[in-house]
Amino acid sequence: MLFFSYFKELVGKEVIVELKNDLAISGILHSVDQYLNIKLENTRVVDDTKYPHMLSVKNCFIRGSVVRYVQLPPDGVDVDILHDATRREARGG
Amino acid sequence: MSWSGPDNFPATSLADNLDKKLLVILRDGRKLIGVLRSFDQFANVVLEGALERITVGELYCDLPLGLYIIRGENVVLIGELDLEREELPSFMVRVTPTEIKQAQKAEKDATELKGTMRKRMEFLDID
Repeated sequence: MLFFSYFKELVGKEVIVELKNDLAISGILHSVDQYLNIKLENTRVVDDTKYPHMLSVKNCFIRGSVVRYVQLPPDGVDVDILHDATRREARGG
Repeated sequence: MSWSGPDNFPATSLADNLDKKLLVILRDGRKLIGVLRSFDQFANVVLEGALERITVGELYCDLPLGLYIIRGENVVLIGELDLEREELPSFMVRVTPTEIKQAQKAEKDATELKGTMRKRMEFLDID
């Protein structure tokens, strides 16, 4: 559940989600669930000339299983808190 | 048995998108457009009045499909279509299904040719 909790902290921040089909979408993280499905608002396709059909899509749902990377804002991680949480998770709770 | 389960949806639920016109992108690259009538936690979705939108370069075509249930594992992305905006850039031209099939074939042949050319040139070790 660590990454689920982590993503929940990032709600409202601007992220870029790159999918396994190379489509990269930037947008405001609206919500995330246990499967790491992601909902983005105010989306923009990074290479929009290659994907003209995405022009009128402003909000979208992305299935967690097709995500390759999520690029986070530089201030998206407090390393100390993340380390603590990681150790706690590794100890099993 | 009741059809609907508990109504405490997770935050990512597609409930807000019910009865809206959506674009569904599938793992094989196909793009389906239709009205969302149902969904579940796996992103299985029911699209009413579905059509497949085929785009090749600046050409596009909509093939009517009807009522579709899409198995969740094939779903990549579900996008809400903003009705205020143009669905496609203005330079895109609508063509007939026959024309789009020809264009698709031409594109496929071109990429295949590129592939074989590249293979033949591999011994030259250029990139």
